[in-house]
Amino acid sequence: MAINPPKNVADTTALLSRGSYVADRSLATAVHLALSLKRPLFLEGEAGTGKTEIAKVLAETLGRKLIRLQCYEGLDVASAVYEWNYARQMIEIRLAESGSASKDSVEEEIFSEKFLIERPLLQALKPDLAGPPVLLIDELDRADEPFEAYLLEVLSDFQVSIPELGTVKAQEPPIVVITSNRTREIHDALKRRCFYYWIDYPSAERELAILKLKAPGIAASLSREVVAFVQKLRATPDLFKLPGIAETIDWAHALSQLDVLALSPEAINDTLGVLLKYQDDIAKIQGSEAERLLSQVKAELAGAK
Amino acid sequence: MEGTSAPQNGGNLLANIMYFARALRAAGLPVGPGQVLKAVEAVRQVGIENRADFYWTLHAVFVTRRDQRPIFDQAFHIFWRNPKLLEKMMGLLLPSLSVNDPEAETMNRRLAEALAENQQNAAPEIEREQEFDAAMSFSESEKLRKMDFEQMSNEEMERARHAVRNLALVLAENPTRRFAANPQGARIDMRATLRAQLRSSGIIALKRKRRATKPPPLVVLCDISGSMSRYTRLFLHFLHAVSRDRSQVYAFLFGTRLSNITRYLRSRDVDEALDRVASAVEDWSGGTRIGQSLAQFNRRWSRRVLGQGAVVLLITDGLDRDGGAGLDAEMDRLHKSCRRLIWLNPLLRYEGFAPKSLGMRAILPHVDEFRPVHNLESLETLAEALKQAGPRRLEAAAHWRQDLAQKAG
Repeated sequence: MAINPPKNVADTTALLSRGSYVADRSLATAVHLALSLKRPLFLEGEAGTGKTEIAKVLAETLGRKLIRLQCYEGLDVASAVYEWNYARQMIEIRLAESGSASKDSVEEEIFSEKFLIERPLLQALKPDLAGPPVLLIDELDRADEPFEAYLLEVLSDFQVSIPELGTVKAQEPPIVVITSNRTREIHDALKRRCFYYWIDYPSAERELAILKLKAPGIAASLSREVVAFVQKLRATPDLFKLPGIAETIDWAHALSQLDVLALSPEAINDTLGVLLKYQDDIAKIQGSEAERLLSQVKAELAGAK
Repeated sequence: MEGTSAPQNGGNLLANIMYFARALRAAGLPVGPGQVLKAVEAVRQVGIENRADFYWTLHAVFVTRRDQRPIFDQAFHIFWRNPKLLEKMMGLLLPSLSVNDPEAETMNRRLAEALAENQQNAAPEIEREQEFDAAMSFSESEKLRKMDFEQMSNEEMERARHAVRNLALVLAENPTRRFAANPQGARIDMRATLRAQLRSSGIIALKRKRRATKPPPLVVLCDISGSMSRYTRLFLHFLHAVSRDRSQVYAFLFGTRLSNITRYLRSRDVDEALDRVASAVEDWSGGTRIGQSLAQFNRRWSRRVLGQGAVVLLITDGLDRDGGAGLDAEMDRLHKSCRRLIWLNPLLRYEGFAPKSLGMRAILPHVDEFRPVHNLESLETLAEALKQAGPRRLEAAAHWRQDLAQKAG
């Protein structure tokens, strides 16, 4: 059963939190606009800050189908939009040759919807019983510029032209979420058609709320330490890759698997690979630096009590 | 709220959004009329009861890059407290902006004068360039090609710059995962085959395709410290020439800190471009902190510009004020993030040159190629080398590393 989109920003926040997504008011505003004005939502931000998650949560809470298009270099129309089923077409031609069908009728036949293989973008334009689906175009920065240019037509008019068949237009536009890790800049022409939002690392308070939702089995005191430590790491100036929320959650899970009840320098050293993904970064933090950060964290938490 | 229902005030709000968009445009955000319409629609949707919601609504519409946020933030707070205030401020700003223009022109002229003493302005320069091309005899150009930049007189330097400007840099193309129709291709293009089949009858003629290629992005990191100052201007001309006809060129300058000058080099006029670079960069002809500058590059830019098999040109003499501190790790990171890393060093021209300084020793283990860059000929061979796909990684600079290891051992 399709659920109607939320009516205002507060409803949107509530909707997202039903899908266990803790959103800022600012993010909820952008999501609300995208839903109510039926335009794509463009999310940019560091890896592991919950960009992809939004699309999943929207599909789940609104009861829509989630159609995911993972972008990669060289992604082309054949794998993103549609392709003809060549094997079937060949067979059809052979069959027609043995019969007495005219050439025109064969042409009409083999370029009909029966022989069309639908890929994510085309699927998203087709009506769905549960209401317009959620289309997630993930990591658009990995695709190349020609594909980006192609998306312009799809995203502004929600239609696709297939030369042999004509134009396919969505009766109701899908809910589109585009994400980018910014490994290159996406062209302004595309961004202009979307509502833009930069997802930043969360504040300590919000991160704690997220951790509570995503890793419910973990002791409150440990979660506080974990969040405070990760926030300290993010403030460290010379790390190449800062840990995202995904890493925080993974780390909390890892620590609880190892039956750690409170952070200790040893526990941190053993599990640092979950948080930091570059050897240089690990080498920088491991040992005395981790100890220093941890003692700061403990002092701050003790002071707050 | 009373204001929202009264049409007159509603009209005011529309007008205000329009003025606000104009203010943003004046502040440099790319805001078009389409976005104004979108903003009005969005504000209608969200309402104006809550100031924070209103802020984020306009933010979602007008901001398209993260770095525009501070400008938007300031404009929003000034404008929506009192729209007239910003207008007044703009009024104050506008005349000064228009005054700026002639000033920029005089700057430009000054720069042109600095470039060549006997020249009055930039316009005749173009004519001169053509004259120069025609006038240069073969032997003369041969002499100039081999002459060291450091030993050139001002006039010869000027001519070298013209030659650099005409240098065509064609990069070896990387294969992409896309295919393009090609009669000699190895794969069969089924779609094209079937479509062609319908036009003719009888035997099915196979259409073929092969992998498409595209030039990789080029990233240039150029040292502008005191020891390089003799070359700097010429390299800037080189950078401008290189970025002129290609979109994916990113240029950075470093001395004690890193500056991204990609945007400034986009001006078509070389004098104007260099002028803008000159005013944007602060650490001309000072010391060098190669390690720190590269660290800045690695953290802030590498993931954004080195994505698609980029070729990196590192132009530096390797003389580091910090004695190569931290340079080794940063060079390693840089080397791992790009497809091909070429070190251009003007000192390499000397017979029996040995990389003795700590900075050079730190850089050398991590470069794929090590080339001189001190005269026109070396630039030409560089252009020639870039046309080729390049040897296996680290191989072309291998003998330098062997020498280094022998001396150490």
